[in-house]
Amino acid sequence: MAKFDENARPFSEKWLDERLGVVTLKKVLSTEYWIPKDINFLWAMGMVLAATFGLLLISGIFLLMYYKPDAALAFDSVNYTIMTEVGYGWLWRHIHGVGASIVFLIIYIHMFTGIYYGSYKKGREMIWISGMLLFVAFSAEAFSGYMLPWGQMSYWAGMVITNLFSGGSLEAYGLVEWIRGDYVPGDAFLTRFFMLHVLLLPLVIIGLIVLHFGTLRLPHVNNQKGEEIDFEEAAELYKAGKKKESKVIPFNPVFLSKDVFVMGVYFILFFYLVFYHFDFAMDPVNFDPADGLKTPPHIYPEWYFLWSYEILRPFNKDLGLIAFGIAQIALFFLPFIDRSPNVAPAHKRGLFNIWFWVLLVDMIVLTILGKLPPEGIYNDLGLVAAIVFLLLGPALFVITKMEKKI
Amino acid sequence: MKELKVLAVVVFFSLLVYWGVEPFAHGQMHKHVDSDKFAYSDLPEITKEGDAANGGNLVMGAGACLGCHSIESQGMPAPMDAGTAAASYGVNPPDLSNIGALYDEKFLAELIKNPAHALNVEHKFDPAAGKMHPMVAFYGAGGDIDQEVADMVAYFKSIAPKEISPKEAFDNACGRCHAMRYDKYTQLGDIPEFKYEKDALAYQIKVLEYQDHLKKYMGTLPPDLSMIIRARSAHYLETFVENPQTQLAGTSMPRVGLSKEGYEKVEAYLTEIGDPSKPQREAIGPWVLGFFLIFSILAFLWKKHQWRDLH
Repeated sequence: MAKFDENARPFSEKWLDERLGVVTLKKVLSTEYWIPKDINFLWAMGMVLAATFGLLLISGIFLLMYYKPDAALAFDSVNYTIMTEVGYGWLWRHIHGVGASIVFLIIYIHMFTGIYYGSYKKGREMIWISGMLLFVAFSAEAFSGYMLPWGQMSYWAGMVITNLFSGGSLEAYGLVEWIRGDYVPGDAFLTRFFMLHVLLLPLVIIGLIVLHFGTLRLPHVNNQKGEEIDFEEAAELYKAGKKKESKVIPFNPVFLSKDVFVMGVYFILFFYLVFYHFDFAMDPVNFDPADGLKTPPHIYPEWYFLWSYEILRPFNKDLGLIAFGIAQIALFFLPFIDRSPNVAPAHKRGLFNIWFWVLLVDMIVLTILGKLPPEGIYNDLGLVAAIVFLLLGPALFVITKMEKKI
Repeated sequence: MKELKVLAVVVFFSLLVYWGVEPFAHGQMHKHVDSDKFAYSDLPEITKEGDAANGGNLVMGAGACLGCHSIESQGMPAPMDAGTAAASYGVNPPDLSNIGALYDEKFLAELIKNPAHALNVEHKFDPAAGKMHPMVAFYGAGGDIDQEVADMVAYFKSIAPKEISPKEAFDNACGRCHAMRYDKYTQLGDIPEFKYEKDALAYQIKVLEYQDHLKKYMGTLPPDLSMIIRARSAHYLETFVENPQTQLAGTSMPRVGLSKEGYEKVEAYLTEIGDPSKPQREAIGPWVLGFFLIFSILAFLWKKHQWRDLH
């Protein structure tokens, strides 16, 4: 039995500490959680993501109060009830729609930052893998959420994506029907994706965020030079007042002050989009109600899925599915494909630097082609870009195998 | 500074993706249709000076407009109710009280002389094949037909009210084919309040019957326009209304013939119903951005303070 001070005032710091260990908790989680000093604003993307997720969660809760998961009511509950009758309903919806799109931009920036600085290597593999799990969970969350307004794009994207589960020549239509709960997307389809979107997937995401934070703890955050820091020694220096000499800073308040500034600038952009430029995140086609008898002339996913969609498209049915499958899981294996002993920014790593920029440009090319109609030259370009993407995996293995220790 | 360089790289690639998936991709997906600015340059100019008084006599007399149309503002009621009219003609003929203010005068003149041509539905109505447009062309009252048509157009302009509300414009130009359920409006107009459910249901049956006639006439039920302002770009809507064939070849939707001012009225109504938060967005936006600007400045000062003796 621990000792409890009889005279401690209820809810005073001492009182709370004896019961909850708040002093230790505060140290461990914030004031003595050490972060390298040599970082740039890209290191704030994690907090920016957390903030955006917070906005999505809060706006989602407000939308949930008025949304009706019923194929006959969903469209009007979003476009009429929320947009017209609910006070500031439009604001919550625009925040939710823009947030869902922008969160992927930040995720991609966050991922490419990790790749550029080698932050998935040498003890940081679990950071990368838990991050990739988050990416998958966010993707599922985005897709299920896209079904809910029950517009033309909701319906037809739902149709196309669930069709993928027929497995090409396997023709597993039984599986597709099982997923849809019907022969075509309908009420059963909508309500199960509603459940996934508002309960199961958010739970998974919150769990994974905790895991992702946890994975950072032992290997610590990487820094701009990929330098290995003795965190305990550096922390002692800092605590002794030698802040200039120490290579670390505490999360709170020093690192946080920079995070908050980056978040402020980010929110200017974010709310500019919410108020003045939301069309990119809220496709006009989806303002036409779902109609199973009227296929839209162009069906395309939201921009963040386009690169993997374009890997599916240029091949025949079965090859396309296999390529698509590989693309979905390939990035998980990054820490194990990269055989180089160096943790360093890409510009210090010779051929890897070229590999990095080819990957970035190729994914952008795939993204743009994914939205273009699959005709003429775009088909050929798509095929080349998809093959380049698939070859980048083996290429990374070879390049990093040859890489000399710096 | 190094961070700014990193920022420039991030911004460059983000904008590249944006350009590729938005303006560029949409430019490739949709063919570009040039707006005619509601000039109706394919229709002949009115060369004669119209005489409104004579036009009035023609409209009431030899023009035989009142056989099908009402002019409520002049105390001329419709010869039959909307449902019966739709059963006879496919669609309820419009009231003529405010057409002089809504539609282009060249369009009105051509409409009187050759309806199928003015409405751009000659692919659907071919007299040679026995398919007559339900509106009968005016063949003249014995004098110079161009003068007579000019007189009638002058008459419609003379009786048109100075101010027309956006909803009145929609009602005349679109509302006899398109419903607007977010404004509780059907092809029969605003849905009245009923005390008894059986009256409400009886009204609904009338709407459904009207829609059935319309379906037969148009080939399909024209869509509800509640959200059309967000489902199509401003440019698409404008060019489509100006001449539906340019955006959707073969469509049975006729050219509406709205003047530029008339279209602006219709667009205002579509915005009011389909995008009602626009004024609120414009009012609140600057305050939110201003808040985060100040927030960022304060956060920057805090950051400077926290990092003051780290380097």
